[in-house]
Amino acid sequence: MGMTMTQKILAEHANLKEVVPDQFIEADLDMVLGNDITAPVAIKEFFKMGGKDVFHKEKVALVPDHFTPNKDIKSAEQCKYMREFAYDKDIKNYFEIGEMGIEHALLPEKGLVVAGDVVIGADSHTCTYGALGAFSTGVGSTDMAAGMARGKCWFKVPSAIKFELTGKPNKFVSGKDIILHIIGKIGVDGARYKSMEFMGDGIANLSMDDRFTIANMAIEAGAKNGIFIVDDRTRAYIQNHSTREFKEYTPDADAIYDEEYTIDLATIRPTLSFPYSPDNTRTIDEVEDIEIDQIVIGSCTNGRIDDLRAAAEILKGNKIDRKVRAIIFPATQKIYLQAIEEGLIKIFIEAGAIVSTPTCGPCLGGHMGILAEGERAVATTNRNFVGRMGHAKSEVYLASPAIAAASAITGKITNPEDII
Amino acid sequence: MKAKGKVFKYGDNVDTDVIIPARYLSTGDPKELRKHCMEDIDKDFAKNVEEGDIIVGRKNFGCGSSREHAPIAIKASGVSCVIAETFARIFYRNSFNVGLPIIESSEAAKKIEKDDELEIDFQTGEIRNLTKNEIYKGQPYPEFIQKIIENEGLVNYVKSNL
Ligand code: SF4
Repeated sequence: MGMTMTQKILAEHANLKEVVPDQFIEADLDMVLGNDITAPVAIKEFFKMGGKDVFHKEKVALVPDHFTPNKDIKSAEQCKYMREFAYDKDIKNYFEIGEMGIEHALLPEKGLVVAGDVVIGADSHTCTYGALGAFSTGVGSTDMAAGMARGKCWFKVPSAIKFELTGKPNKFVSGKDIILHIIGKIGVDGARYKSMEFMGDGIANLSMDDRFTIANMAIEAGAKNGIFIVDDRTRAYIQNHSTREFKEYTPDADAIYDEEYTIDLATIRPTLSFPYSPDNTRTIDEVEDIEIDQIVIGSCTNGRIDDLRAAAEILKGNKIDRKVRAIIFPATQKIYLQAIEEGLIKIFIEAGAIVSTPTCGPCLGGHMGILAEGERAVATTNRNFVGRMGHAKSEVYLASPAIAAASAITGKITNPEDII
Repeated sequence: MKAKGKVFKYGDNVDTDVIIPARYLSTGDPKELRKHCMEDIDKDFAKNVEEGDIIVGRKNFGCGSSREHAPIAIKASGVSCVIAETFARIFYRNSFNVGLPIIESSEAAKKIEKDDELEIDFQTGEIRNLTKNEIYKGQPYPEFIQKIIENEGLVNYVKSNL
């Protein structure tokens, strides 16, 4: 029986010739990831398991990014516990302030994940690395602990949905608009348990940053993972960031997909998700006047250089409405520096935005921009559940960096086409 | 490994918040958690549940947060198995990891009713409804998942395999 990309990667990592959907397997791991919220819990479980050393000092990554720079004493203590473990166990990929970034932007940038890898992370957006042609998925803290101890994880082999992307997206239609469009179409549990596999000639028109954004939000459709077929652009990215060997997997010609969608990227309009669910989508053309109090550009979804460039293009020479607080947080130190060198940060500050050090911060309502009762934000993040960015009666509208930037200028949700 | 008990039946989308409300998450103690298990959907559950009993839900059981407290609370209540048409992904993993057996079977989830008496054979994946005299087929677990369950969770399983 033919296999999907995901099934092939899992089969190989389980030392099996073939796997079928719903089969339980145990696969070797190339990377185990945790952050300052999930790793402390996992470390306790690791010791309960009788863990002494981690299975491989270079295949565990610990990234304090959620509440860092430490927002309070409790988060400082969690980070301390994790830091001591990292140094004690000689974990090579521990990234403290100065070197840190939001985990899902940082790992690809550091070349720690390449095509063909199997990665687990105690964070639901671990699915981001599917952009590189890897299998990666979010798990609980106990799974992370076992992964650190044994370098293995059990999986139920997923079936898959195929997304054949064709055509070229119009200006102001980014990876974010494409994935919001897809989630709006299939719903928040539309891909539950399944892989979302992206292929087709339209992929050549998507930058790596677009692909990271799309794979990042696969979990918002309930998927186990999202994965892209590897092309020249992926190869170039991996070679520029990593010295590791990588392996490309393509679906078999007779691979079985539960459903197949063909999506012409040229037909997609700039798209937003209204509160309180990522599948509550509208195109920009359907949005009436909605006044806003804050915009947030950043996160593991949209804090990469393409995103900052898109925002700068719109903000350049414009002033942010004085009633709007604009918060921009580059996802890693490297992206931050690149934005400085390209003059983007100057544009942001001159327009009246603030720029923060890399952190998850406002994305999960942690710190650095919490919303009060009744306030509205346009955010380039990935979840707009009740209370996600602050008060239970605040509202988050998910959108692309271009829409967020355009909205900052006018003080209401705005089509970037109307600004430029 | 077998399980036997009477059924508590629920509907679609039983989320982790009704399984164990967030207001009780300040503790991870199973004995404390069991007192509040299913409280917001079935306030008498904790009082009526007996060792070996079985929970049956419909679609997307365990959706919501990734809290491991949810399967821990169910297990601590003495529940021997949860059957549903489908489970939310992270609840599914967490259940095995904390040693709570779960079975996916749409036929079973549809036909089984409240208070039916069930017997489950985890080796074969067979669910016998003693009240209705019916048999439904779930998927048998592969060996290592059975071992995780027999070890009462991933922590002990890994311990015996390190
Ligand atoms: S940026 Fe937001 S979604 Fe991404 S890892 Fe941080 S908290 Fe999670």
